[in-house]
Amino acid sequence: MSAGENPVVLGTGLTKIGRRWEDSLSDLFAEAARQAVEEAGINPQALFLGNMSAGVLDSQEHLALSVEDGASVFPLVPAFKVESACSSGGSALVAGYMAVKSGVYDAVLVAGVEKLSEEPSDAVTSALAMAADSDFEAYYGASFTSLNALLMRSYMRDYDVPRSWLSEIAVLMHKNALDNPYAQLRKAIKVEDVENSRLIADPIRLLDCAPTGDGAAALLLAKPELAKGVDPLVELSGVGVGVDTIAVNGRSSLSDVPATARAAKAAFSAAGVDPKDLDVLEVHDAFTIMAALAVEDIGVVPKGQGAKFFHEGSAERDGELAVNPEGGLKARGHPVGATGVYGAVEVVRQLQGKSGKMQVPNAEVGAFHNLGGSGSHAVVGVFKRRK
Amino acid sequence: MTVPKYWRKIDAHYRLEGIRCKSCGKISYPPRSSCPYCHSKDVEVVKLPERGKVVSFSLLRSPPKGFEGYVPYYVAVIELENGVRVFGMLTDVFSPDGVKEGTPVEAVFRKISEDGDEGLIHYGVKFRPIG
Repeated sequence: MSAGENPVVLGTGLTKIGRRWEDSLSDLFAEAARQAVEEAGINPQALFLGNMSAGVLDSQEHLALSVEDGASVFPLVPAFKVESACSSGGSALVAGYMAVKSGVYDAVLVAGVEKLSEEPSDAVTSALAMAADSDFEAYYGASFTSLNALLMRSYMRDYDVPRSWLSEIAVLMHKNALDNPYAQLRKAIKVEDVENSRLIADPIRLLDCAPTGDGAAALLLAKPELAKGVDPLVELSGVGVGVDTIAVNGRSSLSDVPATARAAKAAFSAAGVDPKDLDVLEVHDAFTIMAALAVEDIGVVPKGQGAKFFHEGSAERDGELAVNPEGGLKARGHPVGATGVYGAVEVVRQLQGKSGKMQVPNAEVGAFHNLGGSGSHAVVGVFKRRK
Repeated sequence: MTVPKYWRKIDAHYRLEGIRCKSCGKISYPPRSSCPYCHSKDVEVVKLPERGKVVSFSLLRSPPKGFEGYVPYYVAVIELENGVRVFGMLTDVFSPDGVKEGTPVEAVFRKISEDGDEGLIHYGVKFRPIG
């Protein structure tokens, strides 16, 4: 994608993720949106909102306008819900990017919101399984976790990866989240904790999984002329989307996610950067296996080397490339439709030098990765600090 | 699941059907109105082979609604004898070590789930280890 100038980020907002019993979807959205809009000092001309399951879990469709009205943080503007399962937030950012870069709008709010605490866990499991093919996967008892488990088993076999290397990814994410005030799980864990935790869908155990929680994230994107005296200024330099079959059985390999590779290639090409240029990377580790696959498919390491990359410490904050320095989905939390926007905001704050104890020194180029379905829909976005 | 949504797919579920593209010759699953490889609409429904092998599997313990009674149960990707891959549940696995990658399986007709006490009973194909 080219055409106009790259949009810049004028404001960001996050809520703490967790069981937010007291807060509605509108309340969560309001909390994140207000931070982003106040920091920007301008109101958006449109809203692009990522969300997956408000209809089935919260009895609310027409969601983008509903939360905009319910929150009333800024005057009502055209509002669009963008949905692509767990990558809904990333897709909302792509829509916002296109809206500003094309010149249709000067400033838009990209946000994501999800509430998973409203219903009991079997209902949430069923709602999340709607990311899969309802007729030929969910019909036959698939849970979202079980589909990812098929990939984990296949990956460990194909590349002879020890179980403990994947457990170590969870350990690192929990360690990183200790410093994150927005994180849902701020608790250190050990490899044994992961490997003794309850089996959810063998070989995936409870502590391989991101928790389900409520949260919202927001980011105000604008054309560069509106950034007066903003320093440091961060731009969204490129986005890419990659897709694959909705069902896992439609793919020839279960040991990689080609959709991620396609998204990364498009995003890096648009941004004019190489994976080697990255200072920070946020990957979609809804399950530990997905973090290992992501660094491979994004091109940070060759195929089969992803789990090893984490095992050798290369993904730590002071490692070769900091991956999920805020704790990732695994420990920061995974409010599904908001997750992609969390990743984007975390990268932006790193490039602005605003990440506190989680800060990666001198981060200038960063990317986020957001995955929907069991590898069906991937979004990658590249941000750069403007010189 | 509504009655029409279920009934539309009955043949595919009950008979393990796919489609063969008369244009490029490829066979695919599930049935679609066009070929997912070459996008021709010149396709015909075909019965898929009933034997294959396990490509990857998971023993599921935290089920979606309607599957509580089966826990724990296996789900798997099966590669049929003609190379077409399908997703499904495994059944009649009597040994804890009864399933491995590569385990040969055959299709059997089974009840899949129930929509509550008064709802539809869903049927379809499951796969059981051979021998």
